[in-house]
Amino acid sequence: MPPALLAARRPEPDFPEAGALPDPAGRSLLRFITCGSVDDGKSTLLGRLLWETGAVYEDQADALARDSERFGTDGKNRDYALLVDGLSAEREQGITIDVAYRYFATPRRAFIAADTPGHEQYTRNMATGASTADAAILLVDARKGVLPQTRRHSSIVSLVGVKDVILAINKMDLVGFDEAVFRRIESEYRALAARLGFRSIHALPLVARDGDTLTRHSGRMPWYGGPTLLDLLETLEPALPVDGRFYLPVQWVNRPNADFRGFSGTVASGQIRVGDPVTILPQGRASRIAEILTPEGARDAARGGDAVTVTLADETDVARGDVITVGHRPAHTSGTLTARLLVLGERVLAPGDRLLAKLGMATVPVRFETLAHELSVEDLSPQPARHLAMNGIGKAILRPEAPLFALPYDECKILGSFLLIDPTTHATLAMGIIEAVSSRSREASPQRSEDAHPRRARLQPSLRPERIRSAITTLLFAVAGFLLTGTLAGALILAALDGIGRPLLISLQERFWPVEKKPALSGAPEPGLDGGGI
Amino acid sequence: MHQTSHLRRLEAESIFIFREVFATCDKPVLLYSIGKDSAVLLHLALKAFAPGRLPFPVLHIDTGWKFREMIAFRDETARRLGLDLIVHTNPEGLAAGIGPLTHGSAVHTDVMKTQALKQALDQHGFDAAFGGARRDEEKSRAKERIFSLRTPDHRWDPRSQRPEPWLLFNTRKAQGESFRVFPLSNWTETDVWDYIALESIPVVPLYFAKPRPVVQRNGALIMRDDDRLTLLPDEVIETRMVRFRTLGCYPLTGAVESHAETLDAVLAEMRESRVSERQGRVIDHDSTSSMEKKKQEGYF
Repeated sequence: MPPALLAARRPEPDFPEAGALPDPAGRSLLRFITCGSVDDGKSTLLGRLLWETGAVYEDQADALARDSERFGTDGKNRDYALLVDGLSAEREQGITIDVAYRYFATPRRAFIAADTPGHEQYTRNMATGASTADAAILLVDARKGVLPQTRRHSSIVSLVGVKDVILAINKMDLVGFDEAVFRRIESEYRALAARLGFRSIHALPLVARDGDTLTRHSGRMPWYGGPTLLDLLETLEPALPVDGRFYLPVQWVNRPNADFRGFSGTVASGQIRVGDPVTILPQGRASRIAEILTPEGARDAARGGDAVTVTLADETDVARGDVITVGHRPAHTSGTLTARLLVLGERVLAPGDRLLAKLGMATVPVRFETLAHELSVEDLSPQPARHLAMNGIGKAILRPEAPLFALPYDECKILGSFLLIDPTTHATLAMGIIEAVSSRSREASPQRSEDAHPRRARLQPSLRPERIRSAITTLLFAVAGFLLTGTLAGALILAALDGIGRPLLISLQERFWPVEKKPALSGAPEPGLDGGGI
Repeated sequence: MHQTSHLRRLEAESIFIFREVFATCDKPVLLYSIGKDSAVLLHLALKAFAPGRLPFPVLHIDTGWKFREMIAFRDETARRLGLDLIVHTNPEGLAAGIGPLTHGSAVHTDVMKTQALKQALDQHGFDAAFGGARRDEEKSRAKERIFSLRTPDHRWDPRSQRPEPWLLFNTRKAQGESFRVFPLSNWTETDVWDYIALESIPVVPLYFAKPRPVVQRNGALIMRDDDRLTLLPDEVIETRMVRFRTLGCYPLTGAVESHAETLDAVLAEMRESRVSERQGRVIDHDSTSSMEKKKQEGYF
């Protein structure tokens, strides 16, 4: 394909992830986090990296020298962690409590680094940093190897969709620069991470405090010939987000006077042009785009990431939380959400809880229906559980108790991620990503979805889960009939009853068959992705 | 071109934050401190709510010690943009004659800034206040959320900040609690200047170099903006070519020697700089964790 075409097809990253964006000097941008267990040297690594890349100003270097004498953990030497640990409690205790964002650049690339806490108590702050990262530097103390917190951080990094992990095996000086130690930790980690779906894992032997393998190869570890940390950071390509169908979550209804009624928000994905037909979800009302106002004035079109205000051709009722999408679409309300949760607060979550979910611009009451499993911190395997406590990661089924339009996270990060909020204390309890959405409205049943998913429908006409489920239900009725009456006739009658009574039984069926399918309206137009899940 | 897309992205993020506050809070206000960050903040706020006008007031905490050019610029900006400008000065502090020269920077800042701000927020019942702080300014700023929840007495608890994954904000709060919101969190000083150039945003002329009367005091170049600054025995007023990187109360704000008389020259100078912008701020050097302490007490 000619380069021009490739460039044209390259989708814009989803708001708010940065993706491979250029900075003022034309360099691309990489967002990364440093994470790992407490005392593995995360802040030291980032501080040293800032130091080596010239991101520390002279007056800050003077302050570092003063602070190192007072709080430093390395005698009279500079304690690079003090460049990033900005809270006095952090300096006094020598730990990182909260995520710190630092901005630096090399001639090749600009970076936004989030230094995140290793302490288990502050896992929520680590998860915040991870949610917008393109890559993760996961630190491991060479003396200690993989720890529970290493596994927990790995699973959080995987949960929020980070694809590239740099395994930084630090403090190699304390194990005599022994390659065997490095290889053993590397292979243990690779085995562990096999189920986490990372695209790449690079293992590096480091002494962050002294700078070994940070920006230069270390004379003390001649056996390591791979890239340095900075080489990796400068060359990793951030995974491009899916640029799907146009979705504009309505953030605010802009009505400055009687003559203007606009709908403001940030485009979650896709593109729109003036004159395009649109549907307001979840209600399904139809209209047409009349005007698009951007920060630079009226425009003909808008795309993912733009903060816009649109007006519609009709007097349509639209409120905060609604989603404007392109084309003619039926009403669509999410029935249940299959989600992965990370518990951020102190409240223990369990099936039966009534909570608030903030998803996109909508805040709706949800019922925690089922906890499918919790991930074990020992080996990241799914284990049965009755509740999820702080830092627990699990898979849950949630039922929105008000109309809501949601999408799987891998289709749209903005409409596929949410917070769970305590309705009484207003505390943020958990963050979640949606794996699957079941639709509640009959209009959005699979028959209607065929025009939204022509390719999938054509590929798998008879294997859609609804059909399989309904066939199995009919069969079960037949078997029950046979067992009850002992005759073939009884079986046939009950099977027929099932067929006639199907509409009445659909809701029953949904209850007994946990629905895990993508929404009928997902409509990712990229054909290459469509068959991916089949 | 590249520069533009980077700035447009930051712009979109800030507009998103403005709208999120206005859509979910009862009575927001924009803290306007007249400096370059405030200029950008105000510009973004106007964009967020266009084509309507700014739907909330703008608050300036006047310590009585701002540069005269700042006050003139403030009033001109309010007139030009048709702002609903509220100016508040702590009446008790004023009556007691609190000032940085007589009482020191710590007392002055506490009474005339922190306490004054709390008075104004309480008096008007504002439940969300926008500020122009950026994470790249200072280490404890780097740790602050975009939505910073404050208790009814305006305190900040850095240990129990709400997580903000994916720019997803929990904007719910109890009666009496309020938010300080920082739409410029992810901007750097360079971004601010680049955006000022891109959008031709007017800024106080003190940012550009000019011969000005200054005195050397405690290692800083202090401009004598009026005759309240009395000279100590061996001090002399010199006229030097200087500009300011940040603006505050004039006796607490150090000038830098510079020949950057235009926006382009300022941009070029900044890219070469080896010292941070807060170097000229006397208030930050009070003690190692001074900013964090002030923030816990309710300072912006």
